[in-house]
Amino acid sequence: MNKTINQKAWYFVIPVFVLVAFNAAIPLMTVVNYSFQETFGNNVFAWEGTRWFKQILLSERFHASLGRQFAFTFIILLIQIPLGIAIALTMPKKGWGVPVCLILMSMPLLIPWNVVGAMWNIFALPDIGFLGHSLNAMGFDYNFTQQPGDAWFTTILMDVWHWTSLVVLLSYAGLNSIQPAYYQAAEIDGASRWATFRYIELPKMKKVLTLAILLRFMDSFMIYTEPFVLTGGGPGNTTAFLSIDLVKMALGQFDLGPAAAMSLIYFFIVLLVCWVFYNLMMKNEAQS
Amino acid sequence: MAKITLKDLSHSYLEQQNNNSDWALRDVNIDWKDGGAYALLGPSGCGKTTLLNIISGLLNPTKGSVLFDDKDMTSLNPVERDIAQIFQFPVIYDTMSVYDNLAFPLKNRGLSDSQIASKVKEIAEMLELTTTLNNRASGLTADGKQKISLGRGLVRSDVNVIMFDEPLTVIDPHLKWVLRSKLKELHQKINRTMIYVTHDQTEALTFADQVVVMHEGQIVQTGTPVELFEKPKHTFVGHFIGSPGMNILPCEIKNGEINFSGQKIQSHKAIKKSNFSKTQIGIRPEFINFSKNGIPVKIKRVSNTGRHKIVDTECNGGNIKILSNASTEIPSESAHITFNQKYTYVYGDNWIIE
Repeated sequence: MNKTINQKAWYFVIPVFVLVAFNAAIPLMTVVNYSFQETFGNNVFAWEGTRWFKQILLSERFHASLGRQFAFTFIILLIQIPLGIAIALTMPKKGWGVPVCLILMSMPLLIPWNVVGAMWNIFALPDIGFLGHSLNAMGFDYNFTQQPGDAWFTTILMDVWHWTSLVVLLSYAGLNSIQPAYYQAAEIDGASRWATFRYIELPKMKKVLTLAILLRFMDSFMIYTEPFVLTGGGPGNTTAFLSIDLVKMALGQFDLGPAAAMSLIYFFIVLLVCWVFYNLMMKNEAQS
Repeated sequence: MAKITLKDLSHSYLEQQNNNSDWALRDVNIDWKDGGAYALLGPSGCGKTTLLNIISGLLNPTKGSVLFDDKDMTSLNPVERDIAQIFQFPVIYDTMSVYDNLAFPLKNRGLSDSQIASKVKEIAEMLELTTTLNNRASGLTADGKQKISLGRGLVRSDVNVIMFDEPLTVIDPHLKWVLRSKLKELHQKINRTMIYVTHDQTEALTFADQVVVMHEGQIVQTGTPVELFEKPKHTFVGHFIGSPGMNILPCEIKNGEINFSGQKIQSHKAIKKSNFSKTQIGIRPEFINFSKNGIPVKIKRVSNTGRHKIVDTECNGGNIKILSNASTEIPSESAHITFNQKYTYVYGDNWIIE
């Protein structure tokens, strides 16, 4: 077969190319630019090579915030994914309960990040906040502004409250797309409730759960506003996650070179984890 | 192994029922012998699947009862009823291998590994799945998957009844024949009661000893394939079974005489009652002959199917289809036809008058 070769179609790609250049490539290149140079203001730059990268990769401060970041993300995924699935399983499938549940579930997702932070800050204040005051009245020594454990507890609770709904909604959509015949067949095959979940519901939810885990990983790994408003990274540096630490370095200390290098390392970690995870999850799909 | 009795079964998906159309099933009474092969035949939406789901226990009937061997099963679930059901679309457990899929119903019932292995092996051989037993089930084609569904239904040999809900819809035509004869063969071998739901008359007639024809939630006739063909008890059976279906023509009855298109017609039996709002005669295209005298018709079209000629004709009383041998000379424009009296029936309000 003779195909007509016409390369003019490439012109149609130009708008996208320009758009991507302006919203991603060019800003990213300025960061790359800073990461390899020392700047003295007034557009005076000196070449530094990989010095900032080495400095960041060897710095204990970076290791600490990266560790905190992984711990935080791991904990919230461990809570939100099973909890989200569990809530989705108990949600009604028809009747008036469906819209009620869906609206209640979407509420936390509609609240702006900084409002969530401020809300939980006030809610958890040990003297006047409902949560903080109640916990203390029950005999717990709770003060998230001074005790690192309490600060972590509050931050995690806030994130679970804010984002579990996303997992619920995705799982619910996944569950609803399962044909009734699957449940009927399982019933006839004598499958237990657990076996039905394990062999029908969970495999059918695989794609939406992959999406949920990816979204929750990325969002929680880059979390900034809520802990910034709630704890400001404190007490001390105990809740200073990567973003908070990065902003401190870039805008607080004005160490633009190291901050740029850290941004790039940060970016590659997110990219790498997502890529590895996605490929692991989709490995079996490709085979079939 | 069980004989199945359905008593005064009615079902509605609505909370309140005001008229007949609110019922998905109406006054179904069936007696099925142990070990028989039965087919439920009817167009989409006639209530076949509803009836099947009531027998299997997936659905509770609004009224009436389901009995296996005279024991009331109406309130029991599918596991307690000990039945197998195969659905229209393949249902497989994606993450399991073909072997585990087939073994699943047995595992859930606590059989030993060696028992499971021998049963799975037997069923896999029958369905020609032996070479793919260790593959992941999700990688198979649609008909491979449906074979697994069939296998999961057939692997338990002790069930009361095996039910098939249009199981061959997604199967390739050439494989349909193979699987259908496999099922028939299996029925003779294991001698279980089998119920086969379909809207395809060929499937129903070749599979079953007894065919139950359903129409708008009611059973209109139960009989052998020959009975359904030769003596339809309802006009629906007449035109649903057979290709082309029965000619159903308006007629008038006066003093026991049947008048159609200005001619007196003889039916298989003398007519006594005639107080119907609508009377029709039914005659299959196979039982109409061209003749010198008789009903005058105009020939509109002749389609040759190879073995037969289907002749579309028109007369005062309506359109009549005639099926003749391919070798028969068809008159070119106008002709006269006669009905074979033995197979000419009269229907009052759609039901046969006898």
